[in-house]
Amino acid sequence: MATEISKRPNSLFRNLNAKIASIPMILTALVVFVGGTVWTVVYSFTNSRLLPRLQFVGLDQYERLWSTPRWLASIENLMIYGVLSLIFSLTIGFVLAALLDQKIRFESAFRTIILYPFALSFIVTGLVWQWLLNPDFGVQHFVRGLGWESFTFNPLYDQSIVIYGILIAALWQGTGLVMCLMLAGLRGIDEDIWKAARIDGIPMWKTYLFIVIPMMRPVFVTTLVIIASGIVRVYDLVVAQTSGGPGHASEVPAKYVYDYMFSAQNLGQGFAASTMMLLTVLIVVVPWAYLEFGGRNKRG
Amino acid sequence: MADAVLTSHPAAGVEPFGPKPRRVFSRRNIFLYGTLIIVSLYYLLPLYVMIVTSLKGMPEIRFGNVFAPPLEITFEPWVKAWSTACTGLNCEGLSRGFWNSVRITVPSVIVSIAIASINGYALANWRFKGANIFFTILIVGAFIPYQVMIYPIVIILREMGIYGTLTGLVLVHTIFGMPINTLLFRNYFASVPEELFKAARVDGAGFWGIYFRIMLPMSLPIFVVAMIIQVTGIWNDFLFGVVYTRPETYPMTVQLNNIVNSVQGVKEYNVNMAATLLTGLVPLIVYFISGKLFVRGIAAGAVKG
Amino acid sequence: MTSVLVKDLSLNFGAVEVLKKLNLDVQQGEFVVLLGPSGCGKSTLLNCIAGLLDVSTGQIFINGKNVTWEEPKDRGIGMVFQSYALYPQMTVEGNLSFGLKNARLPKDEIAKRIARAAEILQIEPLLQRKPAALSGGQRQRVAIGRALVRDVDVFLFDEPLSNLDAKLRAELRVEIKRLHQQLANTMIYVTHDQIEAMTLADRIAVMRGGLIQQFDSPQAIYNKPVNRFVAGFIGSPGMNFLEGSIAAGSTFSADGVDIPLARYEFARQPAAGQAVGFGIRPEHVALNSGADWPFSARVKVDVVEPMGSDTLVWTKLGSHNLAVRVPTERMPASGDMVDIGFDPMRASIFDSGDGGRL
Ligand SMILES: Nc1ncnc2c1ncn2[C@@H]1O[C@H](COP(=O)(O)OP(=O)(O)OP(=O)(O)O)[C@@H](O)[C@H]1O
Ligand SMILES: [Mg+2]
Repeated sequence: MATEISKRPNSLFRNLNAKIASIPMILTALVVFVGGTVWTVVYSFTNSRLLPRLQFVGLDQYERLWSTPRWLASIENLMIYGVLSLIFSLTIGFVLAALLDQKIRFESAFRTIILYPFALSFIVTGLVWQWLLNPDFGVQHFVRGLGWESFTFNPLYDQSIVIYGILIAALWQGTGLVMCLMLAGLRGIDEDIWKAARIDGIPMWKTYLFIVIPMMRPVFVTTLVIIASGIVRVYDLVVAQTSGGPGHASEVPAKYVYDYMFSAQNLGQGFAASTMMLLTVLIVVVPWAYLEFGGRNKRG
Repeated sequence: MADAVLTSHPAAGVEPFGPKPRRVFSRRNIFLYGTLIIVSLYYLLPLYVMIVTSLKGMPEIRFGNVFAPPLEITFEPWVKAWSTACTGLNCEGLSRGFWNSVRITVPSVIVSIAIASINGYALANWRFKGANIFFTILIVGAFIPYQVMIYPIVIILREMGIYGTLTGLVLVHTIFGMPINTLLFRNYFASVPEELFKAARVDGAGFWGIYFRIMLPMSLPIFVVAMIIQVTGIWNDFLFGVVYTRPETYPMTVQLNNIVNSVQGVKEYNVNMAATLLTGLVPLIVYFISGKLFVRGIAAGAVKG
Repeated sequence: MTSVLVKDLSLNFGAVEVLKKLNLDVQQGEFVVLLGPSGCGKSTLLNCIAGLLDVSTGQIFINGKNVTWEEPKDRGIGMVFQSYALYPQMTVEGNLSFGLKNARLPKDEIAKRIARAAEILQIEPLLQRKPAALSGGQRQRVAIGRALVRDVDVFLFDEPLSNLDAKLRAELRVEIKRLHQQLANTMIYVTHDQIEAMTLADRIAVMRGGLIQQFDSPQAIYNKPVNRFVAGFIGSPGMNFLEGSIAAGSTFSADGVDIPLARYEFARQPAAGQAVGFGIRPEHVALNSGADWPFSARVKVDVVEPMGSDTLVWTKLGSHNLAVRVPTERMPASGDMVDIGFDPMRASIFDSGDGGRL
């Protein structure tokens, strides 16, 4: 009769292969994501210039940052661009999705057309729209050619509206994605809701506004987070379309960071600016992650 | 036949029956399709303008309008964009950038997908203690602006002696593609019935045996989806290309931007548009070939990426 | 000789304790069925025996060898799953040979074993097909074959038939029984289906909340359930229960009904006045039999439920509902007055407190 007791083997060596296979993931998570972030935040309190140096200067870099007109312009641009692109891409994306959800013919053709810009890079997007908005050859020139001589639409060379020129390009590139997410959300809604609303005689727009949209809250929240984290990162589009000009009128934080790190050789400023970007993202993501995952953990 | 059906229902003439009559030109349809067609035109316009501009000669561009189709089709701008357009002193055209991009994209896609799929598999099926902590960090990390991690990575690459090389850039793409793709694969493998995995273990297959013999052959579609995400993402990358490579190894996007936005010389808009189109061609082809899978890919990737 | 021995096995998922110091001793060649309500831990126990879950505490022995921390492949077990779990991209032959190839068996040995399993299960014509091209019954046969070729001592089945329709289930049930007689392996079989349990098992382990309530032959479990839970769980339609107490002079009394218990074999002696539940199976109550029962009463028929060959007749005994099972040809109409009777020897009496058998 067997009665010997077998000891639990060292848990480190159980599933050893799985652990070995996960080393790249563990390194990425710890070294790059956590380590890199901490490193940058720490060095943002130093006076590093050409090379990173651990010479702490307190909040100097941040004070300088917030008194640099170019940074202030970048932040202002980011706010305008961010708020408008959220509003427009959500609205347009939802309306387009609602239109496509009417059991129409050629749905997939329309969807393909609206989504294709999303496959293109921001560089390509920026250059196309730079060309289209070119005052001497593009839309303005075309409309004037139609006989409307005083027509003026010259965003790329007008400091006060250049950010809207970028917004147009960004919306062209990105609304397809929003539409797709919204369409998936609409398709996820129970068909019976529509039948019930029809039987109750509720008009279509009211059903959307008061029943469907509230039901799609999770989709909206997810989409919002995706758009928002994309907004903070916006860089290539500006580089391609305006190079931040005219003057500093279309500068954005990501470009500020790059220029200070790699052109102006003022690493400390770059680190401080990127830490501010991180902070912005945290303000958006943390509440969302808490709502999305925090609640679920408590239940499960 | 139709007569028989009708006559067998004596009430047919009195009460409505059969499908509700639908008029093709109802107000609803005119509004619906009208809006969609206008929207579609708006979305197609830039592509159209790119194409026609790239096929015109410079004189025609100067005196015509952007929307007019070319009077005289010329492929000169395409040839020039591909082989002789200049960035600074270098006049090799976009071809160099194209081949650089190929050399960057192919290994990056392979390595990043290989690693992400193994990660996803380990996370979904082998769930060792602590794995989820790293996974959570990875997913949260996907939201950290790249700018925060850019410089530390420069240092890491320099320490490894691969800063400025293609290897370095491949590593960077592997790192930043990891969150989305790991998530994609993890969710996919988690949807494979667990009993299949258990049966394979009873049959004596180990970690790699189950991965290669059972899971891989079952997950072709998700590999295609991941490939679409990675090919377009890596091909379209600009930031990492600028930061982590040298001018000789610049990817196509960087070179395109340098050609178009170079301040020297006369602007040749037709060449610029040809170059732009050339750069956009690869992702566009991927997009139009992959169709539904692309949508599935961005939905899957975007949901938490 | 003991084939599978489970000692003080506990398993937690986080804070949830799914198995609680469970013990099980399965003899060589025995067919043991694990029966219990959903979520009681049957699959978990089976997975622990197979080595697919790491136990929290406790030990598992198979054929005298402590396998608590062995890999599944080294335990000498084969397993059959509810969803068949056939590898979709491999042919039937590939499915059968996968484990053998992993064990690096020589080619001719693999071919021999596959041929034998295919013959036993009559799946020879299917060997080159993919699982998608098989019917449910054929798939399950292949899944059984996959365990069969491994030539192991212990077979583990997790609800292997519950994805099949009733007719196929009955067919395969017989086949499994035949297989067991032919191979004489130890088999541990999880099911929800009481008929499967009753027909297949040498012994049934009734589980609840991570513990085995009773582990005994089907007859003992049916006739002498050790507690109120087992009594209520086994049998369909379920046992009738009358709530009452033990009156002096070995009588069960519940409002207006007095049942003499002289012929009842008490497992432990009750105290007078103790609150108890009196259970009698519907098939043990006779209706209009004309015979002389130790207990009989005249009652009115409430509802009649014909179920095919049998009919369930609902009446009231005192204030309690009482179901009686009669052959359909002797079915009364509702509203009729009928005579019922039974022998308390066939009843089960449980303590109302701990639910244990008296
Ligand atoms: N991976 C897991 N994590 C947490 N809890 C689990 C897990 N697997 C099972 N459980 C829980 O353990 C308990 C027992 O599950 P088990 O699958 O063994 O039940 P079962 O008796 O096989 O039920 P069924 O008859 O429905 O198959 C259930 O309450 C279940 O919720
Ligand atoms: Mg189960």
